[in-house]
Amino acid sequence: MNIAVPSEKLKPADFASDQEVRWCPGCGDYAILKAVQRTLPDLDTPKEKYVFVSGIGCSSRFPYYMSTYGFHTIHGRAPAFATGIKITNPDLDVWMVTGDGDGFSIGGNHMLHVLRRNVNIQILLCNNEIYGLTKGQYSPTSEIGLRTPSSPTGSVDRPLKPLVFTLGAGARFAARGYDTQKTLPEILKRAHAHQGTSMVEILQNCIVYNDAVFDNVLARNVAADKQVHVQHGHPLIFGADKNMGIRLNTNTLTLEAVTIGENGVTEDDILVHDEKNRSLATMLAEMDGDELPVAMGVLFCDPAETYENGITQQMDAAQDATTPSIDALLRKGPTWRV
Amino acid sequence: MNELTIKSGPNSSDRKEVPSVVIRFAGDSGDGIQITGSRFTDTTALVGNDLATFPDFPAEIRAPIGTTFGVSAFQINFGSRRIETHGDVPDVLVALNPAALMVNIARLKTGGTIIVDSGTFTDRNLKKAGYLENPLEDGSLDGFSVLKIDIAKLVLEAVKEFGLSQKEGLRCKNFWVLGLIFWIYGRSRQNTVDWLNKKFASRPEIANANIAALNAGHVFGEVSELGDGIELYSIPAAEMPPGLYRTITGGEALAWGLVAGAELADLRIFFGSYPITPASPVLHSLAKMKQFGVKTFQAEDEIAAICSAIGASYAGALGITSSSGPGIALKGEAIGLAISTELPLIIVNSQRAGPSTGLPTKTEQSDLYQAVYGRNADAPLVVLASRSPADCFDVAIEACRLAAKYMTPVMLLTDGYIGNAAEPWLIPTVADKKPFPVNRDIDPEGFLPFARDPATLARPWAVPGTPGLEHRIGGIEKEVGSGNISYEPANHQEMTDIRRNKILGIAKDIPAQIVESGDETGDLAVVGWGSTYGPISRAVNNKLAEGKNVSHIHIRHIWPFPENLETLLRGFKKVIVPEMNDGQLKTVLRDQFLIDAKPVNKVTGQPFKITEIEDAIDLALES
Repeated sequence: MNIAVPSEKLKPADFASDQEVRWCPGCGDYAILKAVQRTLPDLDTPKEKYVFVSGIGCSSRFPYYMSTYGFHTIHGRAPAFATGIKITNPDLDVWMVTGDGDGFSIGGNHMLHVLRRNVNIQILLCNNEIYGLTKGQYSPTSEIGLRTPSSPTGSVDRPLKPLVFTLGAGARFAARGYDTQKTLPEILKRAHAHQGTSMVEILQNCIVYNDAVFDNVLARNVAADKQVHVQHGHPLIFGADKNMGIRLNTNTLTLEAVTIGENGVTEDDILVHDEKNRSLATMLAEMDGDELPVAMGVLFCDPAETYENGITQQMDAAQDATTPSIDALLRKGPTWRV
Repeated sequence: MNELTIKSGPNSSDRKEVPSVVIRFAGDSGDGIQITGSRFTDTTALVGNDLATFPDFPAEIRAPIGTTFGVSAFQINFGSRRIETHGDVPDVLVALNPAALMVNIARLKTGGTIIVDSGTFTDRNLKKAGYLENPLEDGSLDGFSVLKIDIAKLVLEAVKEFGLSQKEGLRCKNFWVLGLIFWIYGRSRQNTVDWLNKKFASRPEIANANIAALNAGHVFGEVSELGDGIELYSIPAAEMPPGLYRTITGGEALAWGLVAGAELADLRIFFGSYPITPASPVLHSLAKMKQFGVKTFQAEDEIAAICSAIGASYAGALGITSSSGPGIALKGEAIGLAISTELPLIIVNSQRAGPSTGLPTKTEQSDLYQAVYGRNADAPLVVLASRSPADCFDVAIEACRLAAKYMTPVMLLTDGYIGNAAEPWLIPTVADKKPFPVNRDIDPEGFLPFARDPATLARPWAVPGTPGLEHRIGGIEKEVGSGNISYEPANHQEMTDIRRNKILGIAKDIPAQIVESGDETGDLAVVGWGSTYGPISRAVNNKLAEGKNVSHIHIRHIWPFPENLETLLRGFKKVIVPEMNDGQLKTVLRDQFLIDAKPVNKVTGQPFKITEIEDAIDLALES
């Protein structure tokens, strides 16, 4: 073994594999790939410990483009593979990359269970509200009425909100960002630091089949009014003039957008973000840019024991208790000699 | 009551010595029939009889009491000679209600003994069981020796001092019956007393009540005139190879074999599974083996179970998953991925009757096609089959060896019958077995994830966490050597050829096919696989004793077949293949060797009887 010990800090380019990236020109996945490659050098993990696991779909080609260990698995099942990997070797730094169809349609069941179990992995959900690889059918996050080859008269399927699902499943970390967001690496670092399943929904543009689907939230001219970037301990203030805020209507137990200085609203009325408050996080996750802005950043982070730690502790306890011998085991219980 | 001095059995001179006996216990599924059976099994094993058991229970946990579809049964064949099956026809039927009698009477040997709980033969119960007349009174049981005992009444009397409710008291009925049977066959109660004390350590009143019932049943035997035709028996110890023995079920043997195999391979086990009848006992056994570094994961479904196991193999453990046919069907796509990524994986299939949900608690061997052919595209893997409960141990070790050495999924076929049945087992010593450690020291210099060992055609197992070996794998076709994605037509042909040849090459690394009994060539070969071993073996030996020219060949390595199998089969004028399916091994033999193998099929959910195989042999030899 002649392993070159890197004397210098790894660079983003060190995480790019020698494989040609084959997403459509202009795909949001390029930006997400770059964000991940910019994030990893700043983490305290040796390169050989990274494992990228994916299912099937455009975003699931992700592992091939990383010069880490990678496993491109089958449609919807990446959470189960990631769980097996993490239980087997908790030292590995497991990242799962999935899409809205892979993660929440065919893989909805596995997603539910990996989130509730709290396996310590990072999930990057590239949500483009469409099926790209199968050429443009509506997905479980598509809006009602979307016309696609499989819904020529408009989809009647009600869309699922991935972060509401995530919080409902009992996950301990939920965050949202978007593909070209300059601060996406900061969100990814928070996800990585969290011990447990970290769900990061990344709004991702599909330039071919669902172009500009998030423009009502992400377009330069509306971004300030349609996004609220949440930060633990800080008031939920947004708007081009930083004079809009989110207030809890105590009569309806719902959130509402208010303008500071209008109708007697003061800064004291604005909710302060508490990332340990699951109820607040769920209400923030519901906000869709219609009446209320879309929440970006870490909506929820409340660590709890991880699944693999639970297993490891039981294993350690069992192994402390006895010196195992398979031959002794075979001879335990009623035996007789002939 | 625990201190009660247990008298030894009567003098052997009072008893009629017989070479073997078949008893069938039957009752309602709440009567504790399986416990009665397994207690009798343990005690019988301890006196040195050879034995085979057949737990035969309904799919419903608790069908309505007294109905025919709620009847649970346990059959045991034990003797001083070698026992190969659970016995074609019971000598004794214990029927704890009319339904149990109704369901099982047709199996009983002519002139056999029936022991019934006469108190349950009420108008209501008779009607529920479908009797128009009371069979205990209408003469329909003439020709059998019938012992009518109001067991419920006697049990309640025996346990009344323990202050149990009537319901709890009646729960001791099975131990009363066991006590009586122990008397008839001259068995000690001590082992059962110890078992009850341990089992109910936290509820001594329950232990004591059951012990009282056990003793009362025994005493009833001692003091009663049991009636015409009912004698006391003794069954001498069987002649078996010397050594230390225990009883074992297939489920336990399989779990222990996997742990032993992983130890010999120097690997840790990851077992991902989803509960399904009759595969669950393997999960239960392995979940208790954390001290051996066994990690078990009860997944959310069958697909997650196998995917987690493949992930574990990728991460360097020996990934194992277990299910029954319908669950294996769900795992199909993931099996293809494991074949494509060439990772070790063991898939245990405890077969049951089907298709679909079929008869989930009944046995069948009908997943052979599924194992050999049942995936999309050209997806070869190794298929092994175990033949008996104890054999599961050896086959599990072989599965570990082949999976790790050849970087391949291995399908291990067992079935509900083998999994639940018990037999005496000459305990092997794992420490004496030759280890087959996996060599994972891989040099990054020139590393290619899909390079090949020229001898085995296996690719290297490059485990995440190893510096310098970072690489990507997946289901998309891989370029020869590099493993990079490749859509090249010629490359796909070459990879398909490699995957096929890797598996077929394993034929060079497995034992040659032997003939179990009979000559190496001759008039007729009876070819079997899996749990039909017992009845085929006994039937062929019976026919050999009659001077017939017949041989028994039992196949463990089903894919690939042993190299000499074709030559061996061509040495026989005729080949018949008894299977508990509609002719699956028959098809594979014809396919591979173009021989005229003839099917002998039974798909009733019940194992073959020896006589059925004997008839098939006679027919084949005569025609």
